[in-house]
Amino acid sequence: MAEFRLPKNSRIKKGKHFAAADGASNVRQLAVYRYDPSSGDNPRMDTYDVDLDSCGPMVLDALIKIKNEIDPTLTFRRSCREGICGSCAMNIDGGNTLACTRALDEVKGSVKIYPLPHMPVVKDLVPDLTNFYAQYASVKPWLQTRTPPPPDQERLQSKDDQELINEPAACILCACCSTSCPSYWWNSDRYLGPAALLASYRWLVDSRDEATGERLDELEDPFRLYRCHTIMNCTQTCPKGLNPAQAIAETKKMMVERKF
Amino acid sequence: MSNNGRPLSPHLSIYRWPITMTTSILHRATGIALSIGFIVFSIWLFDAASGAGSYKVFSSYLDTWAGKILLIGLSFSFFFHLGNGVRHLVWDTGRGFEKSTADASAWFVIIFACALTALFWWARS
Repeated sequence: MAEFRLPKNSRIKKGKHFAAADGASNVRQLAVYRYDPSSGDNPRMDTYDVDLDSCGPMVLDALIKIKNEIDPTLTFRRSCREGICGSCAMNIDGGNTLACTRALDEVKGSVKIYPLPHMPVVKDLVPDLTNFYAQYASVKPWLQTRTPPPPDQERLQSKDDQELINEPAACILCACCSTSCPSYWWNSDRYLGPAALLASYRWLVDSRDEATGERLDELEDPFRLYRCHTIMNCTQTCPKGLNPAQAIAETKKMMVERKF
Repeated sequence: MSNNGRPLSPHLSIYRWPITMTTSILHRATGIALSIGFIVFSIWLFDAASGAGSYKVFSSYLDTWAGKILLIGLSFSFFFHLGNGVRHLVWDTGRGFEKSTADASAWFVIIFACALTALFWWARS
């Protein structure tokens, strides 16, 4: 049964305020979720006044500036700073996205930043993605074949066949979609979630893969696939513009079509 | 899922609802409302079949403000659930998943349900 209220140890308290340095004229406030596992305290919201005149344009630039100049204890994941590694996925201004590709300009008022929703928090903006990765592994995201490969070349596919997997293969596994999905919030122990299902679809439609039947058998379950109720939050929030909801609908269609 | 005593990050309270999320939860809510509504509908039919006396008592309840709000709510639930049900049928064929299309169809169903509810009560009066 869905638990709508946060558990007692997760309710957010008011935190500290860090004012901007004197003389800063172009100040923007960031409100950031903080949780320190060694303190034993509940999570809190700290607010930081950031001088935009000496800050890059993206939310990630502001977070890095805070960590470098204001509060070195702030913890978050980041790597490529160009939207391809998926490390800095977080909830910004009420939607899940990558901090490195979301401009501060796009957000009105104080910029509210939380970790990805409904996840165990390791520290500050760092969620525990163990279950998410395990679900990805469970769809066996690799090529499975029964026939031997051609002796003198790779397994080839046509341009049209490649185009079928082009988009789903562009997923960077940032977890924005799965953690935006209310169905996943309430049933992440049994529902695979949009990211794993998009990965599954990428192999279901791969012309070279020969385990389509087994893959569909694995998904034939009231929870794993069918907890998707087409809420569309996944597609709405994907920072790469992919469409997991459509991939899931296509998978459901394959389930029906193979019965005829 | 064990989380080693870690706090759970906030979800419903901080998420900005896309319109498609609103229509999704409305679909469920109107579905529940309709299943309760069918009890009201059955009592109404039963009382109508039992004669004028018992029908009068029941319809006097429905004639109150609370009764009217209930009936308007039920008629809206019917039209919304109908419209959004068709939307789900189209989705089941793999169509209408573009973000702009899904947003437009969500608004269409909301306006469709409001308009038909208004028309229904206007036509009755």
